[in-house]
Amino acid sequence: MQIPIEYYLILSAALFAIGVTGVLIRRNAIVVFLCIELMLNSANLTLITFASYLGSSVGHIFVFFVMAVAAAEAAVGLAIIIALFRNMQTVSIDKLNIFKW
Amino acid sequence: MSLEFILFTVFSAVSLSSAILMVTRINPVISALFLVVNFASLAGLYLILNAQFIAIAQVIVYAGAIMVFFLFVIMLINPDLEKRFMEQKPKFKMFAVFIAVLVFVQIAYIIFFSQPSADISKELAASIQAGTIEQIGTDLFTKYVLPFEAVGYLLLAAAIGALVLAKKKLK
Repeated sequence: MQIPIEYYLILSAALFAIGVTGVLIRRNAIVVFLCIELMLNSANLTLITFASYLGSSVGHIFVFFVMAVAAAEAAVGLAIIIALFRNMQTVSIDKLNIFKW
Repeated sequence: MSLEFILFTVFSAVSLSSAILMVTRINPVISALFLVVNFASLAGLYLILNAQFIAIAQVIVYAGAIMVFFLFVIMLINPDLEKRFMEQKPKFKMFAVFIAVLVFVQIAYIIFFSQPSADISKELAASIQAGTIEQIGTDLFTKYVLPFEAVGYLLLAAAIGALVLAKKKLK
């Protein structure tokens, strides 16, 4: 029996929704970052699903580029978090409101 | 029940439960470790989908390099533990969960309404051929060589940017 494509799509939608919940309810900037990585991975799962079911390698190459961009994003984002922690001694996004007035 | 279906059930259950545990644990180190479990189960799902190269890259790049980087920063900063779910702003958090459920219901409605399985069915030979390292390498160094080089420059720029941002004094 072949697994219907909907199962994979629903799974990745559920992972995406869990990531959205995490971004909205967590107060720690690093954990918010982790939730964004989870959302990126759910999008990757969708791309791989379609690439596999359509028999095309374009989805695989796209996921490869997404991984490279995610690595770059993690490096820059964590550097920003380190710089913020050095200046304000906190990573709670409730206290990082210097641009708010 | 085929082996494929059993493996899909196991890996999807592990990935969903580890994602939920990751969002609900108050200690960031435990959150990061549950995300590693989630990435490993996603690598298993990629293997079921005949994506060998991406499964290996998922384990090496995501579960290996990026998560070690995250854990390194978490342990360097050692942030305070957060409040538990309902201790702080429960109304706001219920609203956030409601928004996320709304997003999920919308996507699920679109998926079931469009019925992609009516048009798309997997051809095993083409699917296996598309996921091999040979096929991906050939495409990457012929058709997609310009984006490949651009990603290399992007990573260089990100490394330099991270270095400048994390330096002691900005002048």
